[in-house]
Amino acid sequence: MDKLINEFSFGLFFWQLLIFIGLVFLLKKFAWKPILDSVNERENSIKEALYSADKARQEMEALNEDNKKIIMEARAERESLIKDAKITGSKIVEDAKNEAKVVAEKLISQAQESINSEKKAAIEDLKAQVADVSIKIAEKILRSELKHNDKQSELIDDLIKDSKL
Amino acid sequence: MLKNVLNFFLIIAFSFASPITAKGTIAPDSKTENKKTNIKEYILHHLKDSHDFNLLSYTNESGKKTYVGFPLPVILWDNGLKIFSSSKLDHGKAIASVENNYYRLYHDKIYKTDVEGTIEYDKENHPTNLSPLDLSITKGVASILFTSIIMFFLFKSLADSYKKNNLIANGMGRFFEPIVLYVRDEIAIPNIGKKYYKKYMSYLLTLFFFIWFLNILGLTPLGINVTGNIAVTFCLALITFIITNITAKKTYWKHIFWMPGVPLPMKIALAPIELLGVIIKPFALMIRLYANISAGHIVLMSLISLIFIFRNWIGSSLSFILAFSISIIEILVAVLQAYIFTVLSALYFGFAVEEHEHE
Repeated sequence: MDKLINEFSFGLFFWQLLIFIGLVFLLKKFAWKPILDSVNERENSIKEALYSADKARQEMEALNEDNKKIIMEARAERESLIKDAKITGSKIVEDAKNEAKVVAEKLISQAQESINSEKKAAIEDLKAQVADVSIKIAEKILRSELKHNDKQSELIDDLIKDSKL
Repeated sequence: MLKNVLNFFLIIAFSFASPITAKGTIAPDSKTENKKTNIKEYILHHLKDSHDFNLLSYTNESGKKTYVGFPLPVILWDNGLKIFSSSKLDHGKAIASVENNYYRLYHDKIYKTDVEGTIEYDKENHPTNLSPLDLSITKGVASILFTSIIMFFLFKSLADSYKKNNLIANGMGRFFEPIVLYVRDEIAIPNIGKKYYKKYMSYLLTLFFFIWFLNILGLTPLGINVTGNIAVTFCLALITFIITNITAKKTYWKHIFWMPGVPLPMKIALAPIELLGVIIKPFALMIRLYANISAGHIVLMSLISLIFIFRNWIGSSLSFILAFSISIIEILVAVLQAYIFTVLSALYFGFAVEEHEHE
């Protein structure tokens, strides 16, 4: 202990105190504060980056999930659409067939009707013509027959004979 | 196991050493004895601060001792400021005269003398001359200044590299940044707590690097011994002591003077013990650093000196190996002591700001 006190140099103590305290304040201002601030800032930014990366990953997962869902839905919808389309298609074909049948039947019946009426008309016409022609023929015959008076009387006689009362 | 091997080698070395020296020299005993005291004085001298920055000294052919190094400014307060170069003192061999005052270096201490430089002694052979207030830039002060300047530029460049390089350290900073973070995360925060650690960070970081760098500087062949100097460790411990007591919270003082939760007689008995503890804690810091570094220097220098005492191949090479291993251990001690000083300082600060939730 005596030796220690003897060895104690006030000058060294004085300078050490002065320089060390000066050093603490200088370093605080120019080194420690900026260093610790920068490190803090960096740590925070890393933390944030990790957090946002995690968040982005989660979002990606959610998005993927959504995508899968959408694809599934789309697939289901497509299938149902195809199904519907098939049904509609076959229905349309069926309908078309039925309609066509109906139309065809109608057409056929119309055609038959017109044929019938045409036939009737033709028959009527023919009948009228036949009657006309027969009358004309009868007229001609009569005319030629009744050129002579005797023939006329004969006919009258015949007629009277035929029409016996 | 290792110890046994070492002992074995030592025995062999000594058994070889003695016959050779006995044969080779005329008066072996007195000469080696002389050499041993020389070495002892040299080591003790090295442990002390010095007014010159000596790199080496040798005795030339004409028997004159020559020093290689450079002088440092001597600053004295003796009825006014006296500044002169330490070359004027010439390692105690010359009397420096400044404005009709005469100073002489005697056992690394400057005394005021008359023109002839006579030094009067008391009964115990201590000089009775007046010793002026010595504020010289000694070897230790120069080393402290050097370390401080290095530290300032080193850590300023680290701080600047963050700005330039988008918050990423480059160059030397890459090495020091994890250490700075270690001090923060492993020393400051666990001991002081997240709430208060920030205001102590500047001191703890400066303290750690200051002690570490000076310890390492002490291991260089420049022969600097700053942290093994009681004035330096006293100064550091004093700052820790002052910071602890200034920043202490009410509960800290309450735990010292009126320990809660113990019976009344115990409270009275504990108060002086606790109060003593307040002083003992920094005192232990001071002694621990001083003793560790001094001891390291003594051991290292003794082992190196052994090379010159043995003066044979086996003993000297063995000393070399030992000195080499101790050097490596000392590098570890250098960082360890810096760490311990910082951790304990942080721990004391932690005590000072501790909040007791159980009350």
